[in-house]
Amino acid sequence: MTSRFDPSAPKRLLTASDELVSRDEAQRIIESTIKLSKADAVQVNIGGGRQRNVRFAANQMSTAGLITDLSLVVTSAFGPKHAITTTNDLSPEGIERAVRQSEAIAKLAPDDPESMPALGSQTIRAMPSAWDEATVNLDAASCATAALTALVPARANGTLQAAGFLQVDANVTALGNNAGLFAYHRGTKSNYTLTVRTADGTGSGWAGAEQPRFSSIDFERLGARAIEKAELSRNPVAIEPGRYTVIMEPQAVGDLIQLFSGYADARSADEGRSPFVKQGGGNKLGEKIVDQRVSLYSDPYDPTILADPFDGEGFPLVRHDWITNGVLTEMQYGRFWAKKQGKQPTGGANNIVMGGGSTTREQMIAGTRRGILVTRLWYLREVDPRTALFTGLTRDGTFLIENGKVTRAIKNMRFNESPLFLLNNLESLGPQERVAGVEALVPCVMPLLKVRDFNFTSLSDAV
Amino acid sequence: MAAGAMAVASLPADAEGMTRRLAPLDAQPHVQPPMDAPTKDLLMAAINSARMAGAAFADARVGRTRRNFVITREQQIQQIVDTDTIGCGIRALVDGCWGFAATRALTADGVAAAGREAVAIAKANRVARDRAVELAPAPPLGERTWSNGFTIDPWTIPVEQKAELLLKANAEAMKVPGVKYVSSIMFFVKEEKNYANTDGTVTAQTIVRSWAPMSITAISSDFTDFQSRSNTVPPAGRGYEHILEADIVGNAKKWGEEAVQKLKAKAVEPGRYDLVLHPSHLSLTIHESLGHPTELDRAYGYEANYAGTSFVSPPEKILGNFRYGPEMLNVQGDRSQPGACATVGFDDEGVIPDDFLIIRQGVVNDYQTTREQANWLKWWYDKQGQPVRSHGCSNGENWSSVQFQRMPNVSVLPGPKEQSFEDIIAQTDKGIAIVGEGSFSIDQQRYNAQFGGQLFYEIKGGKSVGMLKDVAYQIRTPEFWNALDMLGGKKSYQVGGTFFDGKGQPGQSNSVSHGCPPTRHRQINVINTGRKA
Repeated sequence: MTSRFDPSAPKRLLTASDELVSRDEAQRIIESTIKLSKADAVQVNIGGGRQRNVRFAANQMSTAGLITDLSLVVTSAFGPKHAITTTNDLSPEGIERAVRQSEAIAKLAPDDPESMPALGSQTIRAMPSAWDEATVNLDAASCATAALTALVPARANGTLQAAGFLQVDANVTALGNNAGLFAYHRGTKSNYTLTVRTADGTGSGWAGAEQPRFSSIDFERLGARAIEKAELSRNPVAIEPGRYTVIMEPQAVGDLIQLFSGYADARSADEGRSPFVKQGGGNKLGEKIVDQRVSLYSDPYDPTILADPFDGEGFPLVRHDWITNGVLTEMQYGRFWAKKQGKQPTGGANNIVMGGGSTTREQMIAGTRRGILVTRLWYLREVDPRTALFTGLTRDGTFLIENGKVTRAIKNMRFNESPLFLLNNLESLGPQERVAGVEALVPCVMPLLKVRDFNFTSLSDAV
Repeated sequence: MAAGAMAVASLPADAEGMTRRLAPLDAQPHVQPPMDAPTKDLLMAAINSARMAGAAFADARVGRTRRNFVITREQQIQQIVDTDTIGCGIRALVDGCWGFAATRALTADGVAAAGREAVAIAKANRVARDRAVELAPAPPLGERTWSNGFTIDPWTIPVEQKAELLLKANAEAMKVPGVKYVSSIMFFVKEEKNYANTDGTVTAQTIVRSWAPMSITAISSDFTDFQSRSNTVPPAGRGYEHILEADIVGNAKKWGEEAVQKLKAKAVEPGRYDLVLHPSHLSLTIHESLGHPTELDRAYGYEANYAGTSFVSPPEKILGNFRYGPEMLNVQGDRSQPGACATVGFDDEGVIPDDFLIIRQGVVNDYQTTREQANWLKWWYDKQGQPVRSHGCSNGENWSSVQFQRMPNVSVLPGPKEQSFEDIIAQTDKGIAIVGEGSFSIDQQRYNAQFGGQLFYEIKGGKSVGMLKDVAYQIRTPEFWNALDMLGGKKSYQVGGTFFDGKGQPGQSNSVSHGCPPTRHRQINVINTGRKA
């Protein structure tokens, strides 16, 4: 460890509480960092955050914390040579060191034939509603009170065990370069998930929510939902694995459909290694790939699921319709590949929204002679990249539907299924919901879905 | 839960000799210097402020984590990244409740404020407390140092040298007809961990880890199939010497040829087969089906909301009773294997980890523990005549992550009979031999798992008769380990691992290794994953 931990030094640009830098402060730091640069091109990113969390399990309080950090990323380029250095030491010496380090590494780097010139000034629409001051200033007592909404009824019941997690984040991201670009965004996020298990270990229920504002999370309602599912899922019976009609709650749909974003890259398809490879070469852009009722888009400004409006290079993210009426209407093009292929770059997908339908949950169940109701999915992993085939399991509330009624809890099952197969086997679409679960890495708004021929391959004894 | 890509290299049976051959002549294992005074002052300021604010116990970690990545594809450098993060995390126990605060403000005032914040959070949580947290005793260690003994610091190797090695390996793979794409990465981590607690322990340690995986893709001429050979080299708790010994340039052609062979492999016929599992494959299966279920926090429901619970529960009924596998199955937890990813001198709550048998002669004998958890098994340790002590499994990903129970190195010990992977194949009539790790998924109690692999060989009459594809096996964990009927010997033991074992909320990554010999498991269910619709 170096002596930079000297408590008496150095003078800092920022104090400990300044991790949530304002637009002006961010611009000042970025501009002063750019001034230090001797590279042909330099980009400076700032990422700051404050996270408050509380965790409980087995009806006990577990860990709880407040974490603050602010880091600076310097990307230096000399012609086609480039390198990135990241530091959270924002003293003048720390920043200078990061600039020099990124330059030193970039100079030694081999040429990157795919390097792209820096983006100039961009028009990025501000998103003030992504930030909630009350969420930023939430205190530890409010988090403990939120935990009690699940702990109190679970303890009082006597046969239930609650485990949950609340995480409240305030994040700032900003970047600038020496080609005139500056972008700034800040957002808050509250994520709460709750698992209630029966003390005899035979039942488990789950509920979760994610919203920019802490005050938008209805803790009591989520507690009631997880408890109800836990009670209903007691003593599940085994049914034979195989192909079933399945009604998937929005969380389960999101767990599987968000995987689409990992395959939307045009380059992989053009190179011949993607489910969207056209036989003989090229990609399937413009081809019908799923049921015509399916629409899938990304839009950071969608009010139901706000997301960062620019990517790590400052490229503005706007609405992209990946699937429209079942047709693959857009694919993701990075700046290099877009230029090579004569396309417009798209940037990535910071969120995914799938259009819903008018069939209610009750109608879906009533119209099902024999099927399975799924709460959420777990441990999805790619099995075959040629078809986007994934394996995973159901979890925390899996029920049998017989003759139009939910009749009993069933044991969880493993499936081998692709989001693309699933969207070709669509029966009906229901209302949308913002999902919150841990398997959904990309923030999603997803509908309730009914699909046929969902492929379950084995039983699990896990509750 | 998720082990990221895992793979395996030769065990350091002869690694010391190799290190001496390949490292610069003057390279010596790194020796940790004593903690510098300013760092110790910060640690003391942190724990003293927590104690003054009312903590019965407090500990502080001033940590620096550096990462270096060199990322390539074909003959291009995609990115070179150097990251550096420094800060202080303080944990306070007040009236049986935990609080944690982390700050990058490394001044006496900054860490003292964080210490008070940790206490304030603990006090706020008192209203929701049920049972009070109690820590098992850990003897005060005074001031101690440790290093994982890397010989070549990756930060002393110029970036162009790393890039050149990767691009050379890529070029070798691309020479193989049919290979179209190659990606390769070098990934280095250096952790400088400084720790102090109110019991009187002050430790400083440096841990370096290195990894250089490649992925080589072959594509059929009509664009109807593509196959990759990935997860070629495992990570290790070692320095740049690990990369040199992996000889990625010398091996790249072989890996490329394997990718092309996969295009021509026969699709597997689903059914029951005897599986002969190479250590490069088995390490991941061990991770998921032996490592995670024997974490004590999972067994008591503390991970229910995310990674899940465990079928190896409740401990009161399991310990000394539950048969996980045959008598030949012995599973060790440790943080001491040289070169392994979870190997440390001290854990993140001031405990010197011990080696312990999780499974003894097929029966569950112990769990992975921290100081908070060791007390939960007091009845068992008393019965065994053992002291109640943590096995030293407390770990935080970095200064900003609260420490909790993480997996140590969990390894299947070799059998008494000296036999190799090939020897086991020769004794198998109808089976499949699997090399390398592929797809993996396991339920939240660790019963039902499905594993793919990198290379699959059909075994008939004791011989490997050709390559198969679209293979995955599905297991129920206790049946799978009870179907074990052959184990390789000491010479066949190898260590694999990962940098990315995920657990906890907020999620944290842990580096961990798993050693094992090759094994055989009778009559395991194999499925064909090559669906078209």
